[in-house]
Amino acid sequence: MNRPDQSARLKRRYASERRFRAAGFFAVSLSALFLGLLLGNMAWKGLGGFTRTEAEVTIDFARSDLMIDPAALTGGQAQEVIGSADLDGALSKAATAEYGPEAEEMFGAGGSRALGRGLINDSSLLQRSATLWLPAGSKLDGAYKSEGDALNERLIAKLDAQDKVRLRFNSDFLTASDATDSSAVGVWGALKGTFLTIVVTMLLAFPVGVLSALYLEEFASRNRWTDLIEVSINNLAAVPSIIFGLLGLAVFLNFMHLPRSAPLVGGLTLALMTMPVIVIAGRNAIKSVPPSIRDAALGVGASKMQVVFHHVLPLALPGILTGTIIGMARALGETAPLLMIGMRAFIAAPPSGITEPATVLPVQIFLWSDEVDRGFVEKTSAAIIVLLIFMLLMNGLAIYLRNRFEQRW
Amino acid sequence: MATSSGHTIKAFDEDLDRLRALINQMGGLAEHAIRESMRCLVQRDLEGAEKIVATDKKLDALEIETERRVVQLIALRAPMAGDLRDVVAALKISSVVERIGDYAKNIAKRVPLLDNAHSIEPISLMPEMARIASEMVHDVLNAFVERDAEAALRVVERDRAVDDFYNSIFRALLTFMMENSNNISQSTHLLFIAKNIERVGDHATNIAEMVYYASTGQHLADRPRGHDPLKPE
Amino acid sequence: MAETETTTVPTPVPPVPRPADTVEPAEQHSPKMCARDISVFYGDKQALKDVSIDIHDDRVTAFIGPSGCGKSTFLRCLNRMNDTIPSARVTGHIELDGEDINSAAMDVVQLRARVGMVFQKPNPFPKSIYENVAYGPRIHGLAAGKSEMDAIVEKSLKRAGLWEEVKDRLQESGTALSGGQQQRLCIARAIAVDPEVILMDEPCSALDPIATAKIEELIHELRGRYAIAIVTHNMQQAARVSQRTAFFHLGELIEYGKTSTIFTNPVERRTQDYITGRYG
Repeated sequence: MNRPDQSARLKRRYASERRFRAAGFFAVSLSALFLGLLLGNMAWKGLGGFTRTEAEVTIDFARSDLMIDPAALTGGQAQEVIGSADLDGALSKAATAEYGPEAEEMFGAGGSRALGRGLINDSSLLQRSATLWLPAGSKLDGAYKSEGDALNERLIAKLDAQDKVRLRFNSDFLTASDATDSSAVGVWGALKGTFLTIVVTMLLAFPVGVLSALYLEEFASRNRWTDLIEVSINNLAAVPSIIFGLLGLAVFLNFMHLPRSAPLVGGLTLALMTMPVIVIAGRNAIKSVPPSIRDAALGVGASKMQVVFHHVLPLALPGILTGTIIGMARALGETAPLLMIGMRAFIAAPPSGITEPATVLPVQIFLWSDEVDRGFVEKTSAAIIVLLIFMLLMNGLAIYLRNRFEQRW
Repeated sequence: MATSSGHTIKAFDEDLDRLRALINQMGGLAEHAIRESMRCLVQRDLEGAEKIVATDKKLDALEIETERRVVQLIALRAPMAGDLRDVVAALKISSVVERIGDYAKNIAKRVPLLDNAHSIEPISLMPEMARIASEMVHDVLNAFVERDAEAALRVVERDRAVDDFYNSIFRALLTFMMENSNNISQSTHLLFIAKNIERVGDHATNIAEMVYYASTGQHLADRPRGHDPLKPE
Repeated sequence: MAETETTTVPTPVPPVPRPADTVEPAEQHSPKMCARDISVFYGDKQALKDVSIDIHDDRVTAFIGPSGCGKSTFLRCLNRMNDTIPSARVTGHIELDGEDINSAAMDVVQLRARVGMVFQKPNPFPKSIYENVAYGPRIHGLAAGKSEMDAIVEKSLKRAGLWEEVKDRLQESGTALSGGQQQRLCIARAIAVDPEVILMDEPCSALDPIATAKIEELIHELRGRYAIAIVTHNMQQAARVSQRTAFFHLGELIEYGKTSTIFTNPVERRTQDYITGRYG
């Protein structure tokens, strides 16, 4: 071997290795950059949604027009009583009285909601005058956080000078439902709708998927029919999700007349979408159980059913669970099919059952992003952050479950 | 010399071939010693006789070498069936051949003690007897190397001739001793020499039995023996 | 010999032979399992051709032969493990205590409880040691309660020579044991269902020499209680462990006889070539 030849080759090899490493590093950095940009953008825009502007106002309840019987606030009728009282008006009057006519729309739906809650907590307030910090309306909120129209800017300046305005954590965001006023919106309704939909999806897709996978791998004979089924299932997993929406619309809504926009229908549609994923993951997990375990069980005199349920299934469980949760996470993020089956309405109250109209978080985000009110921008981003956290939790659960059930063989 | 055929591990073949070569070498030495000792006896070659005694040491060394190689072969190669029988046979044959060499040495040692035995008549039979015996040794060791059971059987048959020779010489020497008591000491030596050669023939037969077993895996049935002078006729 | 440069692996030291090893048991009762004219086809390819062998219950029968000669295939016929291979077709007649094992009247699950199997690579279940041994008796309903099951587990582990090493850690995972211990666990597992025949498919090929020697000693101890058939590609092991040996070649049974005869003076040329290392 020629010495100079060899060292030249060596140099070239080292150089190409360095180039490859650099390219890999560059690719990873680029991906990290994009991810960082996405998260950063969301955080930047959305963090504001977790905070709200509160302003101080003094209300003389004794002299206001509110006709609320303090005694009625202690019973079960409290919500009704509060709901029928004109808290908006009282609040508006008090604000105008204190800060001038520009403050008429200072407090929005959120403010009166908070007032109502405060009255239920302490009905003695009704007998006197009280100074309260209440959440501001969306215009004021927007003006305080970034910029608004001239009127609200002046108001903010006035309030600021008197130290009567502040920023606080927006607990309502996580507990309230959709509303017209962007300062009052919350994701709870959407979260509950998501949760119910996912439960329905899981209850349908998991057993059907796992049993199908078991049957196809363990019991079905290998002939043209099973090949056809395998190909069909693989294709189903690749079908665009909106097709499932169309299917749901045609079958569940138009043919079976199930209630529109309900988690039941949403769950059914998503189950159709998730089942092929579970079947494929399940089949792979079952295939990866080594034949030596099966042989060992057969050798001891176990029947086929016993082999499958005592040995194969427990060992395939981590893989099945991982596949299931990944399928679930995907289903969580689906918007198009749910839009098709009508989960796009404005739902102001969280659903109480699976047949009540509901919405899911991705759809909620989509709807809010369409709104004109500038206050919805930060709320949309905040909701996206909630969704991302939810996804993170799901994936974390997947990893935890997989590690927990993993057995070495 | 037939080489061991076709072990997958060629070194095994080489080991077995080297073992056979050793046996061959020992056989050649022993065979030569027998013939030489007889020649020295007839020609009164005292120097030749001394040389025979000296080279017997070589035969002893070869026997030790053979034993060493056999033990190593068994330990390292785990021979089975035919190979195992061959190896065990090689071990036994080497010790027998060494004995044959000792007999030749014994004959050579008696040569200086027989300087005026030229007048004894029976001595004329002995070269022939020794020739047959040494041929038996030559042929039986060839049979071992060639793994030829039939050739081994043929060697067995010739022992009869050797035994017959011995019986004649025995009677002749006995008569000779009875005629003249001065002859007794010479005759006794000659008797021992004849006995040694007869033993060589027997040993060759023993080797033939070992060769037969190594080749076929079966033991020779009782073989036909020469006339036993101890039995009444 | 010092000048050769071969890399022969020295075979492990064989145990000192006991008188029982060299005395041949008399041909007394009828064989535990009889196989007649067994042929096995994988699709169109014929893997076994008209093999007939008897397995007796007081001796160890070894199957030897080069790779792909059909010895494992034949072993698997004896407990119908070939049924699990879709393309396999078995013809011929196999009897266990006079009953045809391929007939409809014989439940294959019951058959496999009576004819146990130990595989080449130790394959304990990924469960605790106790569960590994208890699984078989549990599914066959051999124990009425926990104390009976404990007794079965203890007895099986003792017979497999593993009890002393694991009695304090029965709840540990079976896969945490060493290779030799795992194989003994698999033997205990096979014993736990009280079989009549134990089939071993190259049980020591994945083990080191010391573990191998322990398993061979175990086979010797088990000999009187179970009929044992062992497939091995290690001829020295077959010589050490068995009383009868069958030599397979290219799907045919070439020679079957006493182990001592096969290894000192075989009848067939092909047998001689194989065991002396002239094959291939």
